[in-house]
Amino acid sequence: MHRDHIGLDQAPARHTYTPPSARALRIGLGGPVGSGKTATVAALCRALRTELSLAVVTNDIYTTEDAEFLLRNAVLPPERITAVETGCCPHTAIRDDISANLEAVEDLEASLGPLDLILVESGGDNLTATFSRGLVDHQIFVIDVSGGDKIPRKGGPGVSASDLLVVNKTDLAPLVGADLTVMARDARHQRGDLPTVFTSLAAPGGVAPVADWVRARLDAWRRR
Amino acid sequence: MPDRTPAPGGATAVLLLLADGRFPAGGHAHSGGAEAAVRAGRIRDQDDLAAFLTGRLHTTGLTAAALAAAATAAATDPDPDRLDDLDRAADARTPSPALRATSRRLGRQLLRAARAAWPHPALDRLADRHPRGAHHPVVLGTTAHAAGLTPAQAASLAAYESVNGPATACVRLLGLDPYRVAAVLARLAPELDAVTAEAVRAAEQGDLPAASAPLLDILAEQHSTWKVRLFAS
Repeated sequence: MHRDHIGLDQAPARHTYTPPSARALRIGLGGPVGSGKTATVAALCRALRTELSLAVVTNDIYTTEDAEFLLRNAVLPPERITAVETGCCPHTAIRDDISANLEAVEDLEASLGPLDLILVESGGDNLTATFSRGLVDHQIFVIDVSGGDKIPRKGGPGVSASDLLVVNKTDLAPLVGADLTVMARDARHQRGDLPTVFTSLAAPGGVAPVADWVRARLDAWRRR
Repeated sequence: MPDRTPAPGGATAVLLLLADGRFPAGGHAHSGGAEAAVRAGRIRDQDDLAAFLTGRLHTTGLTAAALAAAATAAATDPDPDRLDDLDRAADARTPSPALRATSRRLGRQLLRAARAAWPHPALDRLADRHPRGAHHPVVLGTTAHAAGLTPAQAASLAAYESVNGPATACVRLLGLDPYRVAAVLARLAPELDAVTAEAVRAAEQGDLPAASAPLLDILAEQHSTWKVRLFAS
């Protein structure tokens, strides 16, 4: 079900004890291992950090590697990046028991002051991973062409119900024999009116379609 | 004739809900020291696991159960000092800084779920006085009071959680046969009840046990420094 189907002031803030008006927009990024979630987060940070106050929560499967990648690449100062440990079950931490992630989000807001946007990156999982509405306001699902052009057809909650589907690594499509028109058609079939964008983060400005979508969500969040 | 009357106010169902590993209180990311014990070669199979759980139950399990029972009784008092005293008592019984942080973190996470499920002034007071989290057994006992449970039920929950979490973690870490692990837990049931009874007695007498497991403390300190780990503790 699409996030817009419930009131914006409902689930997300209910267990946080933070008035929804006083908190940042929360966007989750999920998707299979290696599809480019961390690269997308890094590119989004670079694209948005001069215009927005933002922070990132990462959920690695068994290391703090994603958080360290972001630190190493200096996309944000260290105090704006928090790593959450997930006890072998990355999907549990973003869906069934979101307490550690909610705490990380709240602690970032408490220590940094008012933020515009918090990105919550899930640990690399499978096609069934999805974020709880109690944790994020919108979710982005990142897949890539090298995982096979059948992924959109296979569906699953991330592919069919995420607020934005990102098909990454389009530059590799000719090399792996992936047909982007088939992927676009299958995505449309699975997702109806929900948006899908094709990205190649290897190219300069490759994250622009995702950044534009995030800006539009933030705009709607501020006007709500 | 055995008494077949259900506990009043849905207390039996509440107890089941709180004991359910799917209750969203953060426990799924913690191994109760099992991850470090597995790495150290101290748990390799279900026999090692049974010994580990027995030790855990009679040390930190007993202490946590008594603290939880005492907290359920203390939560009936509108004066929050009694719960604060128990929080300090938990600190004194937790020598490892890593385990103290873990206990407060789990306390904070349980408090979030408890306030959503059973809103109660005692839970609000605890949140106000311990914004970074009170110790887990103190929150568990207060939650039990808010949910209409008894000190004995709170102790039973603490004792059960002291073995259930690490057992599940070992299924994930070692790929142990889940049926054998279930059997290990089933065999422990009489001991769980015995520890619960001992904890309740101690709490009633105001003589809180200070049973601890130095090896668990040492393993927890080591674990907190690992760079690559599956569980938060």
